[in-house]
Amino acid sequence: MSLVHSGDPQVASPLLPESKPVFWNRRRRTILTALGCGLLLVLVLLSPYGLGSEGLSTRLSERNLPPSWIHPFGTDWLGRDMLVRTMHGLSLSLWVGLAAASLSAVMAVVLGSLAASLGGWVDVLITGAVDLFLSLPHLVLLILIAFSLGGGMRGVLAAVALTHWTGLTRLIRAEILQLKSAEYIQLAAKLGHGPLWIARHHFLPHVLPQVIVGLILLFPHTILHEAGLSFIGMGLSPHTPAIGIILSEAMRHLSTGYWWLGVFPGLALLLMVKAFDTLGTNLHGLMDPRTSQE
Amino acid sequence: MRGLSPRLVNFALRSALKLLALLLAVAVVSFVLIEHSPIDPVSAYIGADMLLIGPEQRQLIAERWGLDQPATTRFWRWLWQLAQGNLGTSSIFNQPVAQVIASRFATSFNLMFLAWVLSGLFGVGLGILAGAKPGSWPDRVIRLYAYTLASSPTFWVGLLLLILFSVQLGWAPFCCSQPPGIPTEAVTVWQRLHHLILPALTLSLIGVASIALHTRQKLVEILESDFVLFARAQGESTLGIIWHHGLRNIALPALTLQLASLSELFGGSVLAEQVFAYPGLGQATVQAALRSDVPLLLGIVLFSTVFVVVGNTLADLAYQVVDPRVRIGK
Amino acid sequence: MLEVCGLQIAFTLYERGLKQKRVMPIRHLDLEIKAGEVVAVVGSSGSGKSLLAHAVLGILPHNAEVRGEIWFQGERLTPERQAQLRGKQMALIPQSVSYLDPLMPVGSQVQLAARRSNNPAADVEAIFWRYQLPATVKQCYPFQLSGGMARRVLVATAAIGSAQLLIADEPTPGLHPEMVTETLTHLRQLADAGRGVMLITHDLEAALQIADWIAVFYAGTTVEMARCEDFRVKGNPSWPAGLRHPYSRALWAALPQNGFQPLAGSQPSSEEPIRGCLFASRCSSASEECRGSLPPRQRLGEGWVRCFHAQG
Repeated sequence: MSLVHSGDPQVASPLLPESKPVFWNRRRRTILTALGCGLLLVLVLLSPYGLGSEGLSTRLSERNLPPSWIHPFGTDWLGRDMLVRTMHGLSLSLWVGLAAASLSAVMAVVLGSLAASLGGWVDVLITGAVDLFLSLPHLVLLILIAFSLGGGMRGVLAAVALTHWTGLTRLIRAEILQLKSAEYIQLAAKLGHGPLWIARHHFLPHVLPQVIVGLILLFPHTILHEAGLSFIGMGLSPHTPAIGIILSEAMRHLSTGYWWLGVFPGLALLLMVKAFDTLGTNLHGLMDPRTSQE
Repeated sequence: MRGLSPRLVNFALRSALKLLALLLAVAVVSFVLIEHSPIDPVSAYIGADMLLIGPEQRQLIAERWGLDQPATTRFWRWLWQLAQGNLGTSSIFNQPVAQVIASRFATSFNLMFLAWVLSGLFGVGLGILAGAKPGSWPDRVIRLYAYTLASSPTFWVGLLLLILFSVQLGWAPFCCSQPPGIPTEAVTVWQRLHHLILPALTLSLIGVASIALHTRQKLVEILESDFVLFARAQGESTLGIIWHHGLRNIALPALTLQLASLSELFGGSVLAEQVFAYPGLGQATVQAALRSDVPLLLGIVLFSTVFVVVGNTLADLAYQVVDPRVRIGK
Repeated sequence: MLEVCGLQIAFTLYERGLKQKRVMPIRHLDLEIKAGEVVAVVGSSGSGKSLLAHAVLGILPHNAEVRGEIWFQGERLTPERQAQLRGKQMALIPQSVSYLDPLMPVGSQVQLAARRSNNPAADVEAIFWRYQLPATVKQCYPFQLSGGMARRVLVATAAIGSAQLLIADEPTPGLHPEMVTETLTHLRQLADAGRGVMLITHDLEAALQIADWIAVFYAGTTVEMARCEDFRVKGNPSWPAGLRHPYSRALWAALPQNGFQPLAGSQPSSEEPIRGCLFASRCSSASEECRGSLPPRQRLGEGWVRCFHAQG
């Protein structure tokens, strides 16, 4: 704070001047950041169509080339272009992540609202299941589920989807329980509105934004876990250009000094995850200013 | 010390019961999952020699293992064995599962403990540095670091460290927990530490992120609290406020968070051990899954549950013992 | 000892969707406190009175914009000077036990207060004895204190130093009537010992028990500064003749012993831009003039009032 002296305090205007409109104000900056991240992610998603799959084919004359203008990410031991492989891998990871996170979110909405609205033993069962899932290391649970489904795309999807619903379920359950006890909801019930009407007019507008932000904030986790599973060999098949596969292959060629095989694909994955995180937190900030009051 | 208060005895009993219930639930879920897996236990056990044995021999093995019994019967038998402490035999290591887990965990424990302590100390330190003045440049740098690491795949961070320190600089060994070709008894503490440093660094770099961000958040909350406002009104500086009130109020949540993060620590160690070929429990988990060693996988699932639940219980206990509002109140 | 002239405090807040919003909880505040006096700042709850205390001590949040002048012992206060003086020459007696560190025994907190006021040798035992706190209370954590004990501990943190100005922020709500009297007596005793006391409260009745002056606070402005006796002089059947501002009269009339007559309408919020007299929207004698500009201070008798229609 500062004590700005403004002449004779006796005649100081009782109104402070409005602050000048700034172009880069918080609102605009937040919206633009979110839009930028969204655009980046769409680009990643569509990049395989733009880059084609030509770079994926073996070209023995161009083996193990370090990064250059023609091959910004270098080439691997079969002469495949690492940029093209990475973008294909990111896009694949993105699809898997999107699908798994969406499945998780659907589970969370169903289970969360069932637990909160039915209560009783249904609630006990669902919260118990959440506790159960949280009492195992996440990765061990992922491995167990992927193992029981025999790995592959089906195993990864199921493992990732089945292990990410817990947090959002808790959130939705708490939110609905809180809303249920709110006065205006009870008033609406007294006014003779049916449960469906109340759900549509009061619960949905409150819970939906939370679900959307929660879903977006799930993506980084689902994507990283898919990559982790594929990396240790329990995930996508070794023939797909998934990021986890690319990195585990890079492991085998590390000692030869081909550092670009591991550095760039991982960096690209990091940037994609960060873009999702930024998108989610910015949207969250728009809906709930307290989270970004600085 | 006031000895074992009835409240603590009560707490211990409730925790033990909860752990048992959770273990039972985990056992049921894992059994159902494994039961539905497409893996044939007989062929998984025999492996490549499968082509050499005929259907009759197969049948014999299946009968000997009780595989012809209905699932519920097999479940109760398995549970009965578990209750007696028999986790079965690992097909990869040809040793009782309990023995494999014990020796592997001993190796992993060094790694996890070192990473746990490092990430706790650095995390709290960075969190305080960032939270002392929200919005300042140290805060921005630390938050950028923490958020970036929170989005980084553990195995990639390990990979980078490996490229930098082992391949390019040659400062750290490539793999394993000790130099090859030396009997375990002859390995010095320094050699062990030398092999431990990169995997532990990988694990702690990732762990730092969440503890730093939580400590920062907590400190920011504390600095906005009424009692800090009062300390300011008494003319105390920010440094003095952190010294007198900040540390006192941060310590417990930080300890609790670290104890509750054993789940991530275990998961992280699986990936870190995979990258550095560190022969701990994490690597055994991956091998058990890849090579269909069902008894070992189930054993690790149950063991890791105990590991995580013990961490959570200790976190609860810390509140019971340290926080005066819980200790004296109620 | 303390003089506040034309104090303004404004904040910029963010609403849902990150739209900016400006609020001005303190619009035009004037006040004077002399050594040995208790000055009560009386206004309805939630009207931003605590901000006055924070502004004097210089502990407002960073996003606060402050204008106006604060003088302490003949010296204009700057943020740097405030940092030197707070805790030493000016002390806060806070509202509630939440202003104590929940994880530190209260004895250590009183000791810390002594150290912060440059009185490290101050006798904690003696101050506990003076405020009738059993020695065992020193080992207690704040959550273990009863309401009355907490109040005494909070007064003790201020009394253990040698601050000349004490600012008590809402010290009475939620207390047993006996405890209210005890707390007020403690404040009166501190003033009688030569210190200046600012008592911030919404409870006019409590203020009248001990104050020398009442500063009537409405919508971020001091509308009248009157001697305590002015509230007691009967001269008019419906209000004390000493009161010149219609809001002061309304406050008086709302007291139980004066018939509980509530004032219609509500205080303008801190978001509303208002050019004229802030009370105009609820005043029966408001004229065009009142809505046009803020009435200047008018000296009447020993005090002053901000009203175009006030007559001596």
